[in-house]
Amino acid sequence: MHADVPLLEVQNLCISFRSHGRNVPIVENVSFSVNMQEILAIVGESGSGKSVTATAIMGLIDTRDVKITGSAKFRGQELIGLPQKAFRQLRGRHIAMVFQDPMTAFTPVYTIGWQIDEQIRAHERVSKSEARARTVQMLGNMGVPDPERTANRYPHQLSGGLRQRAMIAMALSCNPALLIADEPTTALDVTVQAQILDLIRNLRHDYGSSVLLITHDMGVVAETCDQVMVMYSGRVAEFGPGDAIFAQPAHPYTAALLDSIPPLTGPRPTRLPSIAGSPPSPSERPAGCAFAPRCNYSHKSCETVPPLVTYGQQSVACVLPVEGRALPSRAVTKDLA
Amino acid sequence: MISALLKRLGQTLFVLFGISVLVFLVFFATPGADPTSRIAGKNASPETMTRVRHEYGFDRPLPVQYATMMKKLFITRDLASYVDRGELVVPEIVRAAPVTLSLATGAAVIWVVASVAMGTVAAAFRHTWIDRSLMMLGLIGISIPVFWLGQVANLITQARYHDTWLFSWVPGLGYIPFLESPVGWFRALIIPWVVLAVLFIGIYGRVLRADLITVSGEDFMRTARAKGLSPTRVLLVHGLRTSMITFVSLFGLDFAQLIGGGALLTEVVFGLQGVGRLTYQALSNLDLPLIMASVMYSAVFVVMANAVVDVVYVLLDPRVRDAR
Ligand SMILES: Nc1ncnc2c1ncn2[C@@H]1O[C@H](COP(=O)(O)OP(=O)(O)OP(=O)(O)O)[C@@H](O)[C@H]1O
Ligand SMILES: [Mg+2]
Repeated sequence: MHADVPLLEVQNLCISFRSHGRNVPIVENVSFSVNMQEILAIVGESGSGKSVTATAIMGLIDTRDVKITGSAKFRGQELIGLPQKAFRQLRGRHIAMVFQDPMTAFTPVYTIGWQIDEQIRAHERVSKSEARARTVQMLGNMGVPDPERTANRYPHQLSGGLRQRAMIAMALSCNPALLIADEPTTALDVTVQAQILDLIRNLRHDYGSSVLLITHDMGVVAETCDQVMVMYSGRVAEFGPGDAIFAQPAHPYTAALLDSIPPLTGPRPTRLPSIAGSPPSPSERPAGCAFAPRCNYSHKSCETVPPLVTYGQQSVACVLPVEGRALPSRAVTKDLA
Repeated sequence: MISALLKRLGQTLFVLFGISVLVFLVFFATPGADPTSRIAGKNASPETMTRVRHEYGFDRPLPVQYATMMKKLFITRDLASYVDRGELVVPEIVRAAPVTLSLATGAAVIWVVASVAMGTVAAAFRHTWIDRSLMMLGLIGISIPVFWLGQVANLITQARYHDTWLFSWVPGLGYIPFLESPVGWFRALIIPWVVLAVLFIGIYGRVLRADLITVSGEDFMRTARAKGLSPTRVLLVHGLRTSMITFVSLFGLDFAQLIGGGALLTEVVFGLQGVGRLTYQALSNLDLPLIMASVMYSAVFVVMANAVVDVVYVLLDPRVRDAR
């Protein structure tokens, strides 16, 4: 495998659900790629289609009312339209997924260890005791204290942080090339959140895995990611290297998200600036730029959907750079703080 | 462990006491239930009435009467029916219990196996014609009155086609004790079992399908699929196993109810002298001793079945295990 071929390459992914006899587009023309050992963040407010994108790549959307077009190639293999049988070989083995809520993501009636063993034995011909040995080792690597005993405990007996570690241990148990983590820290408290992010950040060195990290928290992105894709209302707003985006966001939405990061140190402001209004529901998206109604810069040319243009190192779906009115660059708060 | 058992025993005694007092009071509050005139017979002379009243203790205060009845039922076991003079109640229950137990247990085996199969297959093929026809069958099963189904079964196997090879093995109506002839026992009961099970197969199959479909939207089912497990494994090992928790609690209630005499109609149609029939007989005769005995019997079974369900629950759900 060449390092310059992306591990996952998504092009023009469109996902729509049929409801009440109407096709409602949820994700429109999303393209991005994840390189080997790279962490890509998908950021966006609730409802922007992050989870739907991830579950589509995993082939986990199981309603018949869904229509998926476009392409998602994993190591050159097309995933869109792949039969479930072939998907099963990939899932858990080459692409693994960690979900948002560790409280409900484990089957309540089996022990953690049993569930991790199950995944290992689903993909590799190993004996029960070999699988368990690996399970215990994985749990230990993920920083679970006393892994032998923890493996024999039921999900409800563990704290949220431990469960999420166990979840990540399970996801990594077959050494997948790509880990999709859908808001892995949202349900956890702040200290645990930092530990889990640390764990994810180190995966590429320790396991050589790439990570697709879904989050709505720019703070999380700042701490972990190489590449960032900002989604708004099912479309890509901005895509590019994290540093570049943090230094000079080109989309007003990205800038607004950055403004809402609480400072890592120093006094917390009493109120963080938040973006006024809320994103449009998928069935009521405006004809032009979906962010226009909430944007301070909106004007006449925002009434058509802005194409994705290259600006510096990133690509952005906004007319401002084209019109020569790019947003000012900003001090990188992360380093100054 | 011991304390849990003692607690359970205490609860049982309390329940039995409550129910027996209730039955007792309701009986004496029922107009026209005065047992004296029934025992003494129609147009009995006032002297006879007084004698009977005294002999049976009906002239004594209610608490004393209650205590005497309980003593006769549980300790000396010589409680006699008011209707057939001298007929002892406890042996009557003891004779009827194995019939009902055999009937309910056999039917339960059939309905559990069939409804699990039906619910699982329907959920696996949800929204296809397989699912729809299974659910339609279930609905039919629920709507068919059990006595009608029993009569039709009898008509076919006992009369119309009894002489053909198909049903010539079916013995006449009635119960054959297991110890007398296991094969005869089985032959005599297989048709009642199926008839009794039909309703429950319909209900349980539908409930299980709905549960499985609800559960399939749970996060852990998505995790199981994301692990790369086969759909069968996801459905059976993760979905069905979790859904069994509701299934078992439902089953405990229904089974106890049947053991306690709830299979009356089936017993009547197939000429089985079980507890249901006995209770019915006692109620229509307003025969307090028999009513009391059969109610106590079924209460014991309901409490016991609940205890068994609790144990199974603990085995099935680790969360319950830790909650106590
Ligand atoms: N199975 C489905 N059928 C119809 N609509 C769906 C389905 N799944 C998701 N949607 C819709 O897709 C939109 C995007 O959902 P998605 O879960 O991807 O958002 P998200 O970006 O992950 O948000 P969050 O931060 O809340 O997780 C939502 O408006 C949701 O209602
Ligand atoms: Mg989501």
